[in-house]
Amino acid sequence: MSTSTIDRLEGERRQARKDASDRAVSKAEGWRRRGPLLPALIFTVIVTQLPFLVTIWYSLRSQNLLRPGEDLFVGLSNYIDIAQDSTFRQTALNSVVITLGCVLVAMVLGIVLALLLDRPFLGRGVARTMLITPFLVMPVATSVLWSIALLNPTYGLFNWVLGVFGIEAVDWTSTYPVTAILMALVWQWTPFMMLLVLAGLQAQAKDVLEAAAVDGAGPWRVFRSITLPHLRRYIELGVLLGVIYVVNTFDQIYLMTAGGPGTASANLPFYIYQRAFLGFDIGQAAAMGVVVVIATIIVASAALRLIFRSFEVKE
Amino acid sequence: MSDTTRAYRRRTTGGVLTTLTWLLAIGFFFPVLWMAMTAFKQENQAASDPPTWFFTPTLDQFRAVIEGGSATYVGNSVIATGVSTVLVLLLGIPAAYALSIRPVEKVSDVLFFFISTKMLPVVAVIVPIYVVAGQLKVLDNIWTLVVLYTAMNLPIAVWMMRSFFLEVPGEVLEAASVDGAGLMRTLRSVLIPMVAPGIAATALICVIFAWNEFFFALNLTASRAATVPVLIVSTMTSEGLFLARLCAAALLASLPVIIAGWVAQKQLVRGLSMGAIK
Repeated sequence: MSTSTIDRLEGERRQARKDASDRAVSKAEGWRRRGPLLPALIFTVIVTQLPFLVTIWYSLRSQNLLRPGEDLFVGLSNYIDIAQDSTFRQTALNSVVITLGCVLVAMVLGIVLALLLDRPFLGRGVARTMLITPFLVMPVATSVLWSIALLNPTYGLFNWVLGVFGIEAVDWTSTYPVTAILMALVWQWTPFMMLLVLAGLQAQAKDVLEAAAVDGAGPWRVFRSITLPHLRRYIELGVLLGVIYVVNTFDQIYLMTAGGPGTASANLPFYIYQRAFLGFDIGQAAAMGVVVVIATIIVASAALRLIFRSFEVKE
Repeated sequence: MSDTTRAYRRRTTGGVLTTLTWLLAIGFFFPVLWMAMTAFKQENQAASDPPTWFFTPTLDQFRAVIEGGSATYVGNSVIATGVSTVLVLLLGIPAAYALSIRPVEKVSDVLFFFISTKMLPVVAVIVPIYVVAGQLKVLDNIWTLVVLYTAMNLPIAVWMMRSFFLEVPGEVLEAASVDGAGLMRTLRSVLIPMVAPGIAATALICVIFAWNEFFFALNLTASRAATVPVLIVSTMTSEGLFLARLCAAALLASLPVIIAGWVAQKQLVRGLSMGAIK
């Protein structure tokens, strides 16, 4: 064996040792970096993911809290029941109608209000403060306010206003329950959309707008070709966040219509609540929960791509 | 068209738009005003047809609400909101640090995980939470709500504070690490003072959501741990005809968040967009 070979082997061994210690250093560094994240991550996994695993387990069993002895493994039969449950389909449809209806109407109104607020006038701060207030009222209070003070058939303010115009009194929450809920929800969520769009308008480069006006573009043209594309990111974000929150609407339905008449205005959260806490049918309620989560994952994975673009999260 | 007519027309359009804005602002605000007015009425004026517009304001309803045993509910709400917000900040600030300044691998996966828990419908987990809480004997216990509200707000807080941390200039942190400051010292003496407004915005959002939360409170509490939203609902069902008193309770319950939101409008926008909008 020549000396050069020995040198080479020695060199390789040294290199290997150095690599190993580099790896050890980077491994330690990796854990040092992960350390601050772990408490939050572990806490979130335990509190949000474990219960969901239990939900899946319950969904395969027939269990009723009123009959503690009966707890059988029933396979997919809870899911088959759901597939045949017309109330489940109706409440799922209501969920879609209420969520999309609220988010879209609130967004259109929010854009109009944001455009109106984006110009200087006397008392703009006061008008803005008044406009955001509905979003700050406790949802439970909102429900009380709408169902009793505004929409009550005998002394509600709404029917009185309609009466001034000669329109007959309407029993809103029982004749048009979904519309009544939508009114309260749109009222609450319009300020949210308005604030997001207004932030977008104020982040707009003013010189581009002036240049367009100098080039002879009218206000509508400027809005369509410059402002609206610029606002797109903000609108997408508002719609996405709105959907996440509004799809879980419970307070207004529970308090304004109790899902009624019958189940005419129940959405999925309310229906599952009814099955679990009024019917004590744990297996069925759990299976519905699982179906809702699967549907949410499908919708959300598309939506999340949008939100990641909005937040400019770097991969 | 001469310059004067053009200027005249612009002024008129401006006037019309301003009037429209005020009409809409008053329209949106009116229900809140009506709630406040009703709270100052006597019961027979509150539920009258036609509505009573002019009346001598009275504090009777507020007195009835405050003296009617609301202290326990307010205390519970304060504990659930306050403690959960502190916990969210204690867990969320280090996590946001590990996702921004000295990042772990796969930052986007972790962020994805956090936000996906917000998309998990609450109804899908309420059944096991109820059953397990029953077995652990923590039903109707305020600390159960504290834990759940912390989990509910933590993902939003992590996203928000990450976006605030990303704005801290790199040189400041380098200077700190050259000085040999460890994680805790860097956080305490450099980062946290710099992102204090961001932390305030995060806390505001957590407070709003926790204070207003009703679904968990309804299902997991009875008499001992019930919070303010539950009080309003029980007032509504037991004394449905006492509209003025109900409005007084609803107004008092909403007031803390309304005032906080009015004062911190700028932080509110940033918070509602989870930090995405500056």
